[in-house]
Amino acid sequence: MTVKTATGTAATLPKTGPGGAGRRFWAWLNERMPVEEFISSQATKYYAPKNFNLWYYFGSLALVVLVLQLVTGIFLTMFYKPGETTAFDSVQFIMREVDYGWLIRYLHSTGASFFFIVVYLHMFRAFLYGSYRRPRELLWLIGMAVYLVLMAEAFMGYVLPWGNMSFWGAQVIINLFGTIPGIGPDLVLWIRGDYGIADATLNRFFALHVAALPLALIGVVALHLVALHEVGSNNPDGIEIHDKVDKDGKPLDGVAFHPYYTVKDFVGIGVLLVLLAIVVFFVPTLGGLFLEAPNFEPANPISTPEDITPVWYFTPYYAILRAVPDQRIGALLLLIAVMLFLFVPWLDRSPVRSMRYRGWISRSALAIFVVSFVGLGYLGLQPALGVYVIIARVLAVLYFCFFLLMPIYTRLDPVKPVPERLVYHAH
Amino acid sequence: MADHAVTAGGDEVDLSRRKFLTRATIATGAVGAVFAAVPFIESWSPSERARAAGAPVTLDLSKLEPGQMTTPVWRRQPIYVVRRTPDMVSRIAGHDADLKDPHSQDSKQPQYARNDLRSRTPEFLVLIGICTHLGCLPKQRFAAGELYPSWPGGFHCPCHGSRFDLAGRVFDGSPASVNLVVPPYSYPKETLLLIGADEKGVAS
Repeated sequence: MTVKTATGTAATLPKTGPGGAGRRFWAWLNERMPVEEFISSQATKYYAPKNFNLWYYFGSLALVVLVLQLVTGIFLTMFYKPGETTAFDSVQFIMREVDYGWLIRYLHSTGASFFFIVVYLHMFRAFLYGSYRRPRELLWLIGMAVYLVLMAEAFMGYVLPWGNMSFWGAQVIINLFGTIPGIGPDLVLWIRGDYGIADATLNRFFALHVAALPLALIGVVALHLVALHEVGSNNPDGIEIHDKVDKDGKPLDGVAFHPYYTVKDFVGIGVLLVLLAIVVFFVPTLGGLFLEAPNFEPANPISTPEDITPVWYFTPYYAILRAVPDQRIGALLLLIAVMLFLFVPWLDRSPVRSMRYRGWISRSALAIFVVSFVGLGYLGLQPALGVYVIIARVLAVLYFCFFLLMPIYTRLDPVKPVPERLVYHAH
Repeated sequence: MADHAVTAGGDEVDLSRRKFLTRATIATGAVGAVFAAVPFIESWSPSERARAAGAPVTLDLSKLEPGQMTTPVWRRQPIYVVRRTPDMVSRIAGHDADLKDPHSQDSKQPQYARNDLRSRTPEFLVLIGICTHLGCLPKQRFAAGELYPSWPGGFHCPCHGSRFDLAGRVFDGSPASVNLVVPPYSYPKETLLLIGADEKGVAS
């Protein structure tokens, strides 16, 4: 039989045979939408370096966590009631009276922390192998946009349960905007929509958390993938696989993303889900690290928790804020500490990408950075007293030196020769 | 001419005219977009209801014992009203050198509270009880020596360790940079405190 296509040309389709109806539908679909072409160009004929290692799990895992957050978040929205008088009670309702509500909420709260664990490891991978270097600068910048939107999303999500830490965390973070010279106080009033953190604040954060920011997040994640598939993945050797191709143009050191890496990614997903289940079922608060104790009592505008600390993923920056004796400079340094990541593609002047071929200077600098970031993260959870403040100041200086001195030390670094082809040993 | 081109149909096109029209359209559209954004941005300002709830509040001072503090709420902010004893007032002097802003040059207060005691009368101290660092509530530590031997009494913020004296002035070494804020207030009657309004009218 012949079928008229949209463009008026006729195509012959098989009448019978196994899967005949399915094949006919497939042909019908592809005449109207380039499904097959998309799968081929983006998966079965999209070539990724064959030497990926453990560090290359975290991109796909971040996508899995995003889906987890979207699904659990949609279900939480069905039971949660934003509002000064209803929010805290509705979360208790979810935890105690909705069937499996506790599971959905703990998946969501644990998923938030897992999101940051996965994203931080994903970012560390980029530092390890120079994945932000030309031509992947834009990929890195879009990734940073994902990180920034994720931080806003996580902060606003933490306000919604309307516990006392929600309230005071929001108070501290929103007041950071008050340190902006001139417009600060008016800006704070505008963000809150009232003379204090109030119903108006909670409702707008709810709208941003469940609609605006998830849309933005999905958008920048999609852009991240588009940019990735344009330039292709970097790899542990930090050399381009597209420089060495066979006569058909296929990279000699590349393998098709599907099935080779989809299979690999499923193994990672399995491990992630096991770890997630362990936390959700056995230690959902992780000793106050994933869910803080003061958040189990309702928001109280006239009682500050003993110690206001954000959730662990913000504490490195929080420690920098608290280490500075002047609030305006502290807030400015916090902003700079986050924004410095944006400049890394241009600060790094090493002739090679990967740490495999860099010398002791670059390696030591990265190690010091990791120590300062993790150390500040720990100190941000501790009270800002005595020796903790001194250590936080030292680590903050190291943190900034890692970025600001990068153009100098990456040039002085004794690098090793880079191989022609990927270093790969078959298993 | 560089600014002219010929179409496939043979018509001559004035490119500079086209460019001008394109730019004029974009500019007009951008101005429209800015105006269209105004209602959405304005919707985030405090509502009429929130503004009405922010009206001045009164407090009967006759029930406050000397040395006591009470915390009425004005505009969702705790207001610290302290009835200072002569001893407490005497402990406000003598440590100007340890303060960041002893004469309240950079701090926020009405003109009548811009003095060393930061109040209209020595007896009653009225402060917004929100740390000028990042908005926590400083706790009352009124007794001399309560925090450390030379402590003259005042307020201590549990969040980031800012310290203030019994006039709400910030000590050196605190993360807060300015003194606690004094709201506009007045005494319509001798023992009645009105928070949020003074001779100049209601606070903006």
